[in-house]
Amino acid sequence: MKFGIVRFPGSNSDEDAFLAVTDVLAQEAVWLWHKDHELRGADVIILPGGFSYGDYLRAGAIARFSPIMREVVAHADRGGPVIGICNGFQIACEAGLLPGALLRNASLQFVSELSRVRVETSETRFSNQYERGQILRLPIAHGEGRYTADEATLDRLEQNGQVVFRYVNAAGEVDTTADPNGSSRGIAGIVNERGNVLGLMPHPERAAEAVVGSADGVALFESVLANVGV
Amino acid sequence: MSRYRVAVHIVPRRGILDPQGKAVADALHSLGFAGVRDVRVGRHLVIDADAPEPGAAERAVRDMCAKLLANPVTEDFEIATVEHA
Repeated sequence: MKFGIVRFPGSNSDEDAFLAVTDVLAQEAVWLWHKDHELRGADVIILPGGFSYGDYLRAGAIARFSPIMREVVAHADRGGPVIGICNGFQIACEAGLLPGALLRNASLQFVSELSRVRVETSETRFSNQYERGQILRLPIAHGEGRYTADEATLDRLEQNGQVVFRYVNAAGEVDTTADPNGSSRGIAGIVNERGNVLGLMPHPERAAEAVVGSADGVALFESVLANVGV
Repeated sequence: MSRYRVAVHIVPRRGILDPQGKAVADALHSLGFAGVRDVRVGRHLVIDADAPEPGAAERAVRDMCAKLLANPVTEDFEIATVEHA
């Protein structure tokens, strides 16, 4: 399986994603520069975390118009898998690949911590190697992670099983103290209706080896491997 | 073609939590501005653009707002002024 990792000016989780895919999962990976016009044969696209284009205007707003994003959107339209992590989630929302938007954290503070997220469904191509209800420890590091959408959209996401991850407390429950950024309904990650685009604020690629504090992110990438071609 | 200066306000939509606006409102209250009911913090952009007439300049900026400058999910925009630059 070949992963394509997009680099924007200001990406900073690109190396982590590359290492998770190549070192931990022993898969092939290629770099995709924001000015590239082709995906170099990548089967799975990762939009990594960072501060693309300095997050000018709004996080992800400028990155969305880079040449490579035209190819990424076409890939998603063909049903190809796309994983947007942190800034990548923001870019995917701005590009219309996912509904909603990510706004300034309700606390106005940048949060950098090991979050607790609950797997809400194992029936996606990004979560099939997890158990529903499983609690993961995944790092978060963002200033604009408050997932926001109108009520009708939120209801639709829930009804369709598109909410993949939620922030929870130590007891595994959603509550306002467990929600690090004020996201609607504690949402940490969603898929699009077709199920081939995932966006999440936590960093699975930074939780790929126990030595860095958690290896809970590995199964996300294993899920993609288990399910590609389905 | 003439050059026009178009100013546009972009603000968080009502009903969506604006923590910056709330922080500013709290600060104003503590300064004694007890009458402050709500503050929303947005962006003010001033765009110089060539266009055949002012209406065309305004339409172009509306299109820019729809495509890039404002997020249709969370923000509203309003053209403040259109002047000769």
